[in-house]
Amino acid sequence: MPDPLFDIRGLTKVYRTGNVEVQALRGVDATLYEGELAVMLGPSGSGKSTLLNILGGLDIATAGSVMFRDRDLAKYSEREFTLFRRDHVGFVFQFYNLIPSLTAKENVALVTEISRNPMPPAEALELVGLKERIDHFPAELSGGEQQRVAIARAIAKRPEVLLCDEPTGALDSETGILVLEALVSANRNLATTTAIITHNSAIGAIADRVLYFSDGRIEKTTVNAQRLQPSQVSW
Amino acid sequence: MTGLRALNLKLVRDLRRLWAQSLAVALVMACGVATLVLAVGAYRSLDETRAAYYERFRFGDVFASAVQAPKAVASAIAAIDGVAAVETRIVKLALLDIEGMREPATGLAISIPEGRDPAVNGVFLRQGRMPEASRSNEVAVNSNFAEAHGFGIGSEFKAVFGGAKTTLTIVGIGLSPEYVYALGPGDMMPDNRRFGVIWMPEKTLAALFDLDGAFNSVSLRLLRNANQALVIERLDTLLKRYGGTGAIARKDQLSNSFLDGELTQLSGMAKIIPPIFLLVSAFLIDMIFSRLIALEREQIGLLKALGYGRAAVAWHYLKLVLVIAVAGIAIGAAAGTWLGSGMTRMYAELYSFPFLIFSRDPGVYLIAAGITFAAAVLGALQAMRAAFSLPAAVAMRPPAPTAYRRVLTGTLERLHIFSQLTIMALRHLVRHPLRSFLTAMGVAFAVSLFAIAMGTIASIDFMIDAVFFRTDRQDASLIFASARPADALATVRRLPGVLEAEPYLVQPVRITNGQYSRQLQITGKPSSTDLSRVLGLDLRPITLPESGLALGDRVAEILHVRAGDLVRVEMLDGSRRIAEVPVTQVIQSYLGLAVVMNIDALARLAGTGPRISGVDVAIDRDRLSDLYRAVKDTPQVSAVALQTVARDRFQDTMRQNMVVMLSVYLTLSVIIAFGVVYNSARIQLSERANELATLRVLGFRRAEVSNVLFIEIGVIVAVAQPVGWAIGSLFGNFITQSLATDLFRVPLVFGKEIYAMSSLVVLAAALVSAMIVRRRIDRFDLVRVLKTRE
Repeated sequence: MPDPLFDIRGLTKVYRTGNVEVQALRGVDATLYEGELAVMLGPSGSGKSTLLNILGGLDIATAGSVMFRDRDLAKYSEREFTLFRRDHVGFVFQFYNLIPSLTAKENVALVTEISRNPMPPAEALELVGLKERIDHFPAELSGGEQQRVAIARAIAKRPEVLLCDEPTGALDSETGILVLEALVSANRNLATTTAIITHNSAIGAIADRVLYFSDGRIEKTTVNAQRLQPSQVSW
Repeated sequence: MTGLRALNLKLVRDLRRLWAQSLAVALVMACGVATLVLAVGAYRSLDETRAAYYERFRFGDVFASAVQAPKAVASAIAAIDGVAAVETRIVKLALLDIEGMREPATGLAISIPEGRDPAVNGVFLRQGRMPEASRSNEVAVNSNFAEAHGFGIGSEFKAVFGGAKTTLTIVGIGLSPEYVYALGPGDMMPDNRRFGVIWMPEKTLAALFDLDGAFNSVSLRLLRNANQALVIERLDTLLKRYGGTGAIARKDQLSNSFLDGELTQLSGMAKIIPPIFLLVSAFLIDMIFSRLIALEREQIGLLKALGYGRAAVAWHYLKLVLVIAVAGIAIGAAAGTWLGSGMTRMYAELYSFPFLIFSRDPGVYLIAAGITFAAAVLGALQAMRAAFSLPAAVAMRPPAPTAYRRVLTGTLERLHIFSQLTIMALRHLVRHPLRSFLTAMGVAFAVSLFAIAMGTIASIDFMIDAVFFRTDRQDASLIFASARPADALATVRRLPGVLEAEPYLVQPVRITNGQYSRQLQITGKPSSTDLSRVLGLDLRPITLPESGLALGDRVAEILHVRAGDLVRVEMLDGSRRIAEVPVTQVIQSYLGLAVVMNIDALARLAGTGPRISGVDVAIDRDRLSDLYRAVKDTPQVSAVALQTVARDRFQDTMRQNMVVMLSVYLTLSVIIAFGVVYNSARIQLSERANELATLRVLGFRRAEVSNVLFIEIGVIVAVAQPVGWAIGSLFGNFITQSLATDLFRVPLVFGKEIYAMSSLVVLAAALVSAMIVRRRIDRFDLVRVLKTRE
């Protein structure tokens, strides 16, 4: 059994807007292990994005603890969160969030310029199969290509963990598979712990483990005896 | 109906959300409105009051003086074609001895005809009556002078007329269109304590100066269609043999020409400043609305899909603009009226009118409001056009992603000296070239406005230095009633407290070079002087040659003469001698039409023995009272110009005005800089919130993220500085040139410290607005920003 990378205990998150309280997480216990690929499945509003944001240092839990290796994220200051994101976390979002004024290569370089042990931007782009498009601006790339640039940008710093929020949500299935392949290859080749959020249950088949979310809790966790290749799944 | 109410609700919410940006725009508009109301209102007040005053009190169209002309000439003058009315009179300077006032004052005695009002240059009586011919000690004085001394009807003061000291009793207090700006000899601005106009019966003055049946001054009113130049020519011909020193038209009359200068300034202000603000506000509205409409593109499509017509939707957005404009107009109108009232109060101190109120003509406000609305709507329509022409279905889809280009086709990037963050900022900058350009122009205007204010002050300071500290360095000038033999200098030297004394001689002449000709005075001075010096064009004192003329730069320009040329000089008093004289040098002069020559050479040229018109003196300050007392008892001295007093007073007044002027311009600059930079930063922030939040997620620190915004604003603000300096010095040049008259020329001084100071002010305003926006970046809700798609 690999070591745990994140150890999550009794995690609760309550959003308050005016008088309305929304309980996004209701005492979640979970562990993410080093090098694994976990898929978090669940309908929208089930709490999976909230958990991902807390793991990535974008949000703070109301109660409970998140241990990243031996450090407690709950005790991090704003500045420590920034450094945590800079040094340890790679993000992939549904809407890519590329910088439109930078080319593919420059979008990757943006991150490698501030990382301690990055790979060259061209190499990261080659890993996601975009060697030929490195000098294109986002507006000149298709949705799938943009998402693969975002993956290249996330993995170029060799992060410990890759957090992906609906990475295929805005894409058709054919393009989505290309994106998943890029994620899987990063997970395999770089041994990056990868968490993918999706509401598409078919994607669960490519993971080591699948965490099922419902109403702010993890309902169940399943382990895949054998991971499928992205090309083997369809939706 | 409910739909409209819902839209109005949206309007209120939009305004609440955009309040800071809207206020910034409203303030820029308010500056435009305020300066327009101020300049146009003050212009109208001054112009209309002046016109009415001139008309009712028969202000002259042509003025002339002579040494002594028989009154019979008056009928010949009246017979000149185009002359409507003639008034001959005696005008003489007198030294005044006023109780409780240490220094001597100067009075200008003007005769009034017996038993009737003057046909030209009437007197507006504020109190009392005009003096009666039979009572030789009765006078009327101008009201500012009376006020300055607390004189009322029945007050008395002493005057020295042609050597005789008389006690005068005030029976009337009034004012005249001829002395709206009442300037005493040697003064640069009115000093009501030291200069007064004294109206006396003609008989009394004629007796005092031995001018029975004669006059030395004449004023004419002309018919509407009269040929003024022809009248002046005829008048000069008639007065030639009586020592006529050349007639002048109303526009060259001293008081009137100062008023003209003020009016020129006001109309210049009305033409330059409000348009800048209104253009900038139109641009800001365009910028804010382009963004608002881009954000609400889908809503606009939806409204259209719901069945709202294009006009209804456009009207909804226009209402937002109109609310901002109404706020701007209200603030501007109030500020303009307040400033205008202040300006009018200042005029009331400087100029003497029977009445002067700030014009609150609704027309001015309507024009200001109309132009402001037009500018605002123009900005909004420009922004709305694109979004509104889209069919509803297209408008409801998100716009295509912004396409970017490399800067300078990649040269900059290849240098590898910039981080990706800097490249982001630079590419965004060139992505919106027009907007970047207009933002820079807005900032440049802010720089130039303050630079103009500082430049004006520096120019006046420079002039004060050049005139009072380099040229006319004497403490006082004693002016004789008429030219005296050269030994009068020795008498002055013996007066108590006189440390140094330099004589001068004034000779009225006409100088002609071919078709160019001008009546003026030659001032004779000793070749080398220490008090009243002659400066070369490089502002270094020069030594006058034994003969030949040194011409002021303005005169040289008027006569088209250069050093080495010969000019024809005709004496205008008595002798009428004519001579060809070489111009030896062109000299620097900021006041009047200076022509200088060696005093002995001038006397020879005029065909008289050595004479002097007055003496410039340096005074021992400790013995000032003794000197003043002695001067008051020196019958030959008809007037004293106290340069030291004039200078101190001028500097004091200037200092006060400068503080006011600087604060006003500072406010204008700061508002424009703040309005432009703040709005530009807010728009950028709105457009790039997603990008900047992404950077934060990627692990960039707050400061690094803010820098992306600041680099772009910084480049724009930096580029704007030299542009602002250039615009400032251009406007400054334009202003000084449009204000240059024969009387008064202010050199343009635009030094490094002015550039530095105006940039500093604008940079500070820009920095503050950027810091306010930075606080928003610091408070980004990362999760929410990332969830919104753009």
